[in-house]
Amino acid sequence: MHASMRLSRRSALLGLTTAFTLGRASLALAAAATEQRFVVVLLRGALDGMAAVTPYGDPALAALRGALLLPEPGREGGLLDLGGFFGLHPSMPAMHAMYQAGEMLPVHAVAGPYRVRSHFEAQDYLEYGSDHALTSGWLNRVAALLPQARGGTETALSVGNAVPLLLRGRAPVGSWLPKSFARPDADLYSRLAALHHTDPVTGPAVAEGLKERGFTEATLMGPEPGNRYAFPALCLSAGKLLAAADGPRLAALEIGGWDTHAGQKNRIAGPLKQLDDGMASLKEGLGEAWSRTTVLALTEFGRTVRVNGTGGTDHGTGTVAFVLGGKVAGGRVLANWPGLGGSNLFENRDLQPTMDARSLAKGLLARQFNLDPHAQVMVFPDSGQAMAAGGLMRG
Amino acid sequence: MDTRTAHALIRFGLGRRGNEDLPTDPQAWLARQLDGPDPYLARPGPSTAEGLTALQEDRQEKDPDPAKRRQRVRDLLRAESATLIDHGLTTADGFRERLVWFWANHFTVSLRRGECAGAMSGYLREAIRPHVTGRFHDMLLAVMTHPAMIMYLDNQQSFGPDSVAGRKQKKGINENLARECLELHTVTPASGYTQADVTAFAEVISGWSIELNQSPPGFRFRPFGHQPGPKTVLGQTFPEGEQGGRQALAFLAAHPATLRNLATKLARHFVSDTPPRDVVAHVERVLHDTQGDLKAATLALIARPEAWQPLTKLRQPSDFVLAVLRALDLPTDKRPPDVGGIMTGLGQQMLFAPLPNGWPDTAADWSGPEAVMRRIDWVYGVTGRAPNMDAEQIADTTLGPLLSEGTKLAMHRAGSRRDALTLLLASPEFNRR
Repeated sequence: MHASMRLSRRSALLGLTTAFTLGRASLALAAAATEQRFVVVLLRGALDGMAAVTPYGDPALAALRGALLLPEPGREGGLLDLGGFFGLHPSMPAMHAMYQAGEMLPVHAVAGPYRVRSHFEAQDYLEYGSDHALTSGWLNRVAALLPQARGGTETALSVGNAVPLLLRGRAPVGSWLPKSFARPDADLYSRLAALHHTDPVTGPAVAEGLKERGFTEATLMGPEPGNRYAFPALCLSAGKLLAAADGPRLAALEIGGWDTHAGQKNRIAGPLKQLDDGMASLKEGLGEAWSRTTVLALTEFGRTVRVNGTGGTDHGTGTVAFVLGGKVAGGRVLANWPGLGGSNLFENRDLQPTMDARSLAKGLLARQFNLDPHAQVMVFPDSGQAMAAGGLMRG
Repeated sequence: MDTRTAHALIRFGLGRRGNEDLPTDPQAWLARQLDGPDPYLARPGPSTAEGLTALQEDRQEKDPDPAKRRQRVRDLLRAESATLIDHGLTTADGFRERLVWFWANHFTVSLRRGECAGAMSGYLREAIRPHVTGRFHDMLLAVMTHPAMIMYLDNQQSFGPDSVAGRKQKKGINENLARECLELHTVTPASGYTQADVTAFAEVISGWSIELNQSPPGFRFRPFGHQPGPKTVLGQTFPEGEQGGRQALAFLAAHPATLRNLATKLARHFVSDTPPRDVVAHVERVLHDTQGDLKAATLALIARPEAWQPLTKLRQPSDFVLAVLRALDLPTDKRPPDVGGIMTGLGQQMLFAPLPNGWPDTAADWSGPEAVMRRIDWVYGVTGRAPNMDAEQIADTTLGPLLSEGTKLAMHRAGSRRDALTLLLASPEFNRR
């Protein structure tokens, strides 16, 4: 495969070789003979949908979430309103602007078909598009169903250290390795620091090393200074690649930092800001092709509705997903809201899912690539129960 | 995997490679690696003579355009470096290789002196490897007559002041090699040698030089550069001539202070930063009783109960890199392309020790904040090549019972497989040997 050669020319063109200080972000792309673009953003680590899109209108919310709640829309530092019941986290002004322009659609109380609360298994299933292991990821199966681009192997490429499961499979995807060392994000650094804390040799070294790099204890709890621009930079590059006339048409982006077991209020703002910046950069990079692009951002599962003992939330079930793009029927929140009161919580702890993530993806693929129900089931095997969701796109 | 097996693989070896077979008797497995010739020598690579020929040919390249000059020495060295790394990643005899690096470090030749590059491969292949399980005296003699060491410490420029060359060309002694041989390779300052001993020993080995224009190129004793007359070193008198130098090396190799030095360094390297006195005394006695048999000394070391205590040594960067890559056991096309560059990035450029005393051997030398952070960052980078590997399984195969509860819990709570793998491979216990 000549992907690496191909990319080196392309990367020079796009300034990729200098732009990458890859944190937890990564990007993979595949080609197809179509003008339609489709981007999946994996939010790896379980995004708390209740924090990103807060149902401030739910009467049961305050009692369950007190410590984590932000002021209601209109107040200082408050949520950004999404139609009077839901509010968007204030770290996401760009996506709020897209919402106001009708190009951003939050979908709430979403979950995959699995009910495991293990990140690893759940991420695998999210990428396989199934509740068991398959030989390919669902986005690769989409690529395989689309008309093949001429010289397809040459325009498929992956930026980052490895192709994610989501895009692995029969359809060819190249890979390319950036030269610079990637660095863990603040959350993983803080876990490593905790692991070394009591070690007489490495403990002081890690503590001092982090300090020297400007990570005080306070910043470890907050946004990460080192990699702030990694994900937006990748998104911009992805947008430019997808926009190119002979460029790829499918992209898988991923961004981590969502596993907010402690200090969530501070810790979640950084990743949300990166996601927000990233989506703005993606749109910018796509330019005019934004009108033929649909983006689906989703995570493996949600988090507990109640706050845990360390100011964070633990692994849960239902959560939020975001749909963005030029043709998206946005400007509203799509949710069959299950409610938080009484016995509405799933297993008395999690947001009850009312939308199957596969229904959401199928609904988008049906409109974006005209995939019929038969093709949809090839992408998501055994998903007959999860009918394609309608009304996601305009026109 | 039981604790003794894990110790054998990690403390004495290069770490378990993937799911490679485990020894049934860890100590016997280590002992077996001391039998027979070094398996590395089955791999093709340049001899000393071939390396020196390449050096000579490079020097004769006349093309004024440097880009058009062939760089034979550089090409040979690159190939040999790749062989060294591949061997480190794949050998089933990790202990044997660790011993090679221990002795190569004891007798450091560093490529910081660029002219040593031609003879470097041959140095390891001919002066070090054959003697790791042989007699110390033979290794010492092989090292002191090897062009790499002679060039590294300038002995080809050392002339007896009363030799023919000394008198005619007003040249004198360069005591570099003689001093380091006494201070680092053999008796150490603990023996109480004086400047007079250093000067006398330098005169003993004056004329020990190299000749590139003979066939094959290599060591040559030059009588016209040799200081005439007998010399006295540490109270022992040695006759004039090449023979005097050979006798002096035999004397130094058997000196009690030398045996104490070797026993201490072996114990520090394989047992603890603060070598237990009993271990040092025991290995020293075995060296004495066997006339410097390094195989016997090594067997004595691994038989000591102190050598099977919990791991406290910090893995040096090169060892750490090999251990991580062996644990991941990536297919050849997924391996990082420049493993040597990684070692350099982590502070231990292969074959480039800063000074003749070699790489330091205690945790304090390798645990600076940035050094530890770089390990962590590199681990995070390399786990990107294996984001879907099962960290718990790798913990099981490589650390087994040495995995701490803290690391286990952190892996379990990690946000992704890659994070879990990072936490494992950057953990305190994975940094230990």
